[in-house]
Amino acid sequence: MAAEREPPPLGDAKPTDFEELEDGEDLFTSTVSTLESSPSSPEPASLPAEDVSPDSNGPKPAEVVLDDDREDLFAEATEEVSLDSPEREPILSSEPSPAVTPVTPTTLIAPRIESKSMSAPVIFDRSREEIEEEANGDVFDIEIGVSDPEKVGDGMNAYMAYRVTTKTSLSMFSKSEFSVKRRFSDFLGLHSKLASKYLHVGYIVPPAPEKSIVGMTKVKVGKEDSSSTEFVEKRRAALERYLQRTVKHPTLLQDPDLRQFLESSELPRAVNTQALSGAGILRMVNKAADAVNKMTIKMNESDAWFEEKQQQFENLDQQLRKLHASVEALVCHRKELSANTAAFAKSAAMLGNSEDHTALSRALSQLAEVEEKIDQLHQEQAFADFYMFSELLSDYIRLIAAVKGVFDHRMKCWQKWEDAQITLLKKRETEAKMMVANKPDKIQQAKNEIREWEAKVQQGERDFEQISKTIRKEVGRFEKERVKDFKTVIIKYLESLVQTQQQLIKYWEAFLPEAKAIA
Amino acid sequence: MEGRQETGKESKPSSVSVDLQGDSSLQVEISDAVSERDKVKFTVQTKSCLPHFAQTEFSVVRQHEEFIWLHDAYVENEEYAGLIIPPAPPRPDFEASREKLQKLGEGDSSITREEFAKMKQELEAEYLAIFKKTVAMHEVFLQRLAAHPTLRRDHNFFVFLEYGQDLSVRGKNRKELLGGFLRNIVKSADEALITSMSGLKEVDDFFEHERTFLLEYHTRIRDACLRADRVMHSHKCLADDYIPISAALNSLGTQEVNQLKTSFLKLAELFERLRKLEGRVASDEDLKLSDMLRYYMRDSQAAKDLLYRRLRALADYENANKALDKARTRNREVRTAESHQQQCCQRFERLSDSAKQELMDFKSRRVSSFRKNLIELAELELKHAKASTLLLRNTLVALKGDP
Repeated sequence: MAAEREPPPLGDAKPTDFEELEDGEDLFTSTVSTLESSPSSPEPASLPAEDVSPDSNGPKPAEVVLDDDREDLFAEATEEVSLDSPEREPILSSEPSPAVTPVTPTTLIAPRIESKSMSAPVIFDRSREEIEEEANGDVFDIEIGVSDPEKVGDGMNAYMAYRVTTKTSLSMFSKSEFSVKRRFSDFLGLHSKLASKYLHVGYIVPPAPEKSIVGMTKVKVGKEDSSSTEFVEKRRAALERYLQRTVKHPTLLQDPDLRQFLESSELPRAVNTQALSGAGILRMVNKAADAVNKMTIKMNESDAWFEEKQQQFENLDQQLRKLHASVEALVCHRKELSANTAAFAKSAAMLGNSEDHTALSRALSQLAEVEEKIDQLHQEQAFADFYMFSELLSDYIRLIAAVKGVFDHRMKCWQKWEDAQITLLKKRETEAKMMVANKPDKIQQAKNEIREWEAKVQQGERDFEQISKTIRKEVGRFEKERVKDFKTVIIKYLESLVQTQQQLIKYWEAFLPEAKAIA
Repeated sequence: MEGRQETGKESKPSSVSVDLQGDSSLQVEISDAVSERDKVKFTVQTKSCLPHFAQTEFSVVRQHEEFIWLHDAYVENEEYAGLIIPPAPPRPDFEASREKLQKLGEGDSSITREEFAKMKQELEAEYLAIFKKTVAMHEVFLQRLAAHPTLRRDHNFFVFLEYGQDLSVRGKNRKELLGGFLRNIVKSADEALITSMSGLKEVDDFFEHERTFLLEYHTRIRDACLRADRVMHSHKCLADDYIPISAALNSLGTQEVNQLKTSFLKLAELFERLRKLEGRVASDEDLKLSDMLRYYMRDSQAAKDLLYRRLRALADYENANKALDKARTRNREVRTAESHQQQCCQRFERLSDSAKQELMDFKSRRVSSFRKNLIELAELELKHAKASTLLLRNTLVALKGDP
């Protein structure tokens, strides 16, 4: 039931502003207005990617390859083609390994496909695993780097500008390598836009790094000490991870705002991201209101999967927080160890200088050198502890908050549907009353209202089912990413620990003969 | 808290090597120790074939205050003025450890039962380590006395070793402590005075060098000792941090339903093992480095004290000379002045001779102890680093091999 539905009509914001792709090279030069002409469905624009299977729960990114010839392929697509814009996973690679999703062939479409069947049979011959593999492999060929933090301006109006470099072979970008300068509020602005478009329809939008008034003030004021350089580096790394996560999301990658962020040299200032701005305050108020609402919504969960998943994420959140706190303590103590080792190294050197027995004096100086090197080692390890382990955990704590948000949106969606049903009931009651009271004009009005609310109930149900479906898919994708992420980072972190131990071995092995040489 | 310590030779941390000069005519060791609330009771066992003792093997129970009494008796004895008196053992201090155990007991409800058990285990191990150390310090003190040809013949020493009853030596009361404190001040003032006295020339290059050397050395080794303590402490904190990390990873692993389950559980186990290794690194650094530095800090202070006594004797000698001159010019009490001057001269020369020997012994003792401990330190660090590497590599292989 779920699959072939139109994109939900969005009262507030449009989910997609998919612009037409300008360049002819690209696939869908015609606006695909092939979606059912539902009055409220927004233009799903140019990316009719379909789901491989209607009931897919997991991420099966459909790949659509369309050369220019195919631009009219879906001109006659009807609602059978699930062209829900939010579900599009367009991999617009101009690479020669195209994959066309096995569109549920309807009689309408089939003939056209046959006539343009150049690569279609290849696709259809492929096993699903292959397609999946390719989908999860390097088809998302885009690499983002955030670098070169540069202070711009002076005093309290100063800010840090970061260079955002994109390397990609995706054809939706005009170049294959380009970079722009962005400031922190630009990133926040990007996130704000993406969140407003996608969060409430069930997409897990990666959260942006957090603001820090203290950190930024130090930088602005111009303190050139290690803590502000550390702060800038921490932020740079966080921004890079944020962008990398965002572009990994197949739907978000398609978003024009994201593209604009990555590509255009000038970006309008996002003022609404300031904490104390009007928009900021409005955000805070809304958050509070949301929290209250959440407490009052009692949803009849018909699908155990959602309840289970919510509980799972709740547990995960708690555990991650605990782990994160412990790892932060570890980082702190390792830094202390490094500082204390450095201090000891100095005093060992002094002691070696005082020592009047020559061989022992030399050995003590060597000990001091070893300890100094070990101090460096501890410092580097502390960095690894932090940037690999600790930051991973804090990123995921915030990501899980986004996941929880998406579940909350589903609840709100349900609430809306429920409310519509209640109102419909009331309208029906009113109609019945009018019938009894025999007021023809009122009856007509009641009937109109009933029709209106019936439509709303239907829409509400559709929306709810849509968001549920999206969430299922998103959660599946999220979990897959999470497993991959954690595994990669854990391995990297352990390798850093191995590295440290090996260095220790090297240093002590060099020292041992010195100690033995004391005569 | 009760703690018994059966001290066989192998379980003692021997950070200080006492060269017993192969003399087995007097062997002293602490064969047992019991900690009772505030006090520690040491069982001092002596094996000797010396004629002075009534038996060849006997033991007594002594407390810390009695060791201090013995030490002070040596220090105050004029006969030993020319010797380095082995530094007194430090007072057994379980305060910090006890406090930590108490805090743990009062409890933090957020930690799991396993975490609590591990932390308790750690604290108990710490308590035990402190206990072992204090036993070792007291034992080394006695053993150095027993090894020294002159000091071992002291009457008080025999009493200490043999007298079955309590020596009725109470701890110093406040007045005595204050007195001791003031004496130290007077001593340093005196030293400052006599060194700045004009006419008091150090005649011997050896001692001139030793004085400069010891002053600087003592300050620097004290510094090094303090900082080594801090390093050890940080290392211990680090090891303790692995406890909650391991516990949290365990919980994560048990809750996960996907492939991360095994990863987290393996990681939890890894951190538990790493914790033990880090803990061992910390305690080895403590024993081989901190304790050694601490001991020689005290020993170098004892050497400084010796130099002071010799300097004092030199000053007395100088004063006696002046008095003799004055007596001769006045031609009064020349005899007394002469004999007094002779006495001072003899004393000074006696002190100088034995001090020279003692200081050279101090140097060789120091060098061999440092050598032994630095070698052992390096070897242990290598051992632990290799074990950690192996552990980490095995875990990596297991993790990478997982689907």
